[in-house]
Amino acid sequence: MARTAEVDDTASLRARHWWVPYALLAPGALWLIVFFVVPLFSMSRLSLEDGGLANYANVISDNSTVIVRTFVYAGLATIIALAIGYPLAYVIALKGGRFKTLLLALVVVPFFVTYLVRTLAWRILLLEDGPVVGAARTLGILGDDQAIVGSPFAVVLALAYNFLPFMVLPIYVSLEKIDVRLLDAASDLYSTPWRAFRKITLLLSLPGVFAGTLLTFIPAAGDFVNAELLGSERTVMIGNVIEANFGKEFFRPELSALSFMLMAIILVGVIVYARLLGTEELV
Amino acid sequence: MTAVVDRPEAVPAAGPEGPDEPGGPRPSAPPSRQWANKLGGFALWAWAIAGLIFILAPILVTILFSFNNPVGRYNYTWNEFSLDAWTDPFRYPDLADALSLSLRVAAVVTVISTVLGTLMGLALVKYRFRAKGIVGGILILPLTMPEVVLGFSLLTLFVTVNWTRGFVTIIIAQVMFSISYVAVTVRARIRGFDWRLEEAAADLGAGPWRTFVRITLPIIAPGVVAAALLTFALSLDDFIITYLNSGLSETFPINVWITKRSRIPPQINVFTTTLLLVSILIAVAVLYWSHRQGRKLAAPGGRSND
Repeated sequence: MARTAEVDDTASLRARHWWVPYALLAPGALWLIVFFVVPLFSMSRLSLEDGGLANYANVISDNSTVIVRTFVYAGLATIIALAIGYPLAYVIALKGGRFKTLLLALVVVPFFVTYLVRTLAWRILLLEDGPVVGAARTLGILGDDQAIVGSPFAVVLALAYNFLPFMVLPIYVSLEKIDVRLLDAASDLYSTPWRAFRKITLLLSLPGVFAGTLLTFIPAAGDFVNAELLGSERTVMIGNVIEANFGKEFFRPELSALSFMLMAIILVGVIVYARLLGTEELV
Repeated sequence: MTAVVDRPEAVPAAGPEGPDEPGGPRPSAPPSRQWANKLGGFALWAWAIAGLIFILAPILVTILFSFNNPVGRYNYTWNEFSLDAWTDPFRYPDLADALSLSLRVAAVVTVISTVLGTLMGLALVKYRFRAKGIVGGILILPLTMPEVVLGFSLLTLFVTVNWTRGFVTIIIAQVMFSISYVAVTVRARIRGFDWRLEEAAADLGAGPWRTFVRITLPIIAPGVVAAALLTFALSLDDFIITYLNSGLSETFPINVWITKRSRIPPQINVFTTTLLLVSILIAVAVLYWSHRQGRKLAAPGGRSND
């Protein structure tokens, strides 16, 4: 078939087959348009039904505490994940040596255990008679009449836990790319290790920190599993409101408004954050 | 995760400045600072190991509690060692059915998403075309949205057009978020490859099909297999999007979720542990295989004689 064409000029070959990339893209793009883009419109339309923009005002005033709490929890979880994840990624990437692959594999092991079951395991760990409560009581951090499960602490900790690999992996990748000779050079030029870390390592790993914090913050802000399994009515998040009220057949426009608002806040936040950190390297 | 896979082509280790020379004469720090550095290094390792323990503790607990003989209906507190759950894994038929549904869904979703996502990845790497920016954007956008938004908006579509939720809508929902992962993974893995090999094959008289099977497929195979495994794992793991669009169908996580107030049996841990072990075995095998495949392609004068 191709032989009959007798074409040795690749440019004209490209021109003749201009439709090939579109044909390759079509099925996947169609799927995404119909089942991702269109639903966003159908959700925004539903959110304005009987009431219009007043739905948004209602939803915000009814759920103001929940909305603030959601972003505070997601933010705290992201900070905890960064505090644990950055040093871990640093050790694996720069000090790991021949254990690098093994250490990295240990970080992703949780991916092979269903999310829900992982969170249930935290319930085991944090419940009464569990090891953490016992240790905390012995150390006097926790009173005899206090519990961990049901507290904001448990929810934030589990959120940080569940998305920690998403923090570690991008940071690891950006640290791995760093040319070690830069650090040698800094040391040769009498830089202290701390200064070299700040001026070289930290700066070059910022794209990883950017990706990692987003990949932790976004799913944490939309989560309802952790707050349900480890929290109480004091720890309700936006996701829980949606989960508790979505009907199998019917739902109120307010729920669409709440969901749309969650998306809008996150998108705006991502754009502002990208400007602040000066990187577009999300993927 | 996405950021991990999408790496630019490897930078050559030694630049044009000449051979790499690590170490070399270095001014030695005063003893007090050496001490401080050592202490710092030790603290760093201790912190990292504590982090690893944090990551692995719930996993170990999950495995351990598959051997528990719980008092009552909730497997939350350790009572005594027992093999009961392992010898009777299918004691709760609905739980076993849910697991079977999860595996079937994962198989279908993996096939569809891998095909669609791979085609998209190929198009993005191999061709220049006008809509490239938009397509890239639509691919990334689902990854920047919380699952609850993705799932709920899809549900509003299904409700609007009055589509009954079940097996098919679960497949639709999971393929929707998996395509992006596959396309991004495949794109990252095949970037920087020399596609002139395909043209060379065509010049030497190979038809399009033959060129695809002998040249293109071996190149993209490791990336595609990695993406397929990722999709399978994501599908098994997914709860939020699936739950919102499942109707009355129950996948494994959904069954656990809706029965959690009446029971948490150790069989959950048995299934989870089994899946974990199988996943690790498969992951190791695939890593080994793609490592070999990579070597074969990179070998000087790389001739795969098959």
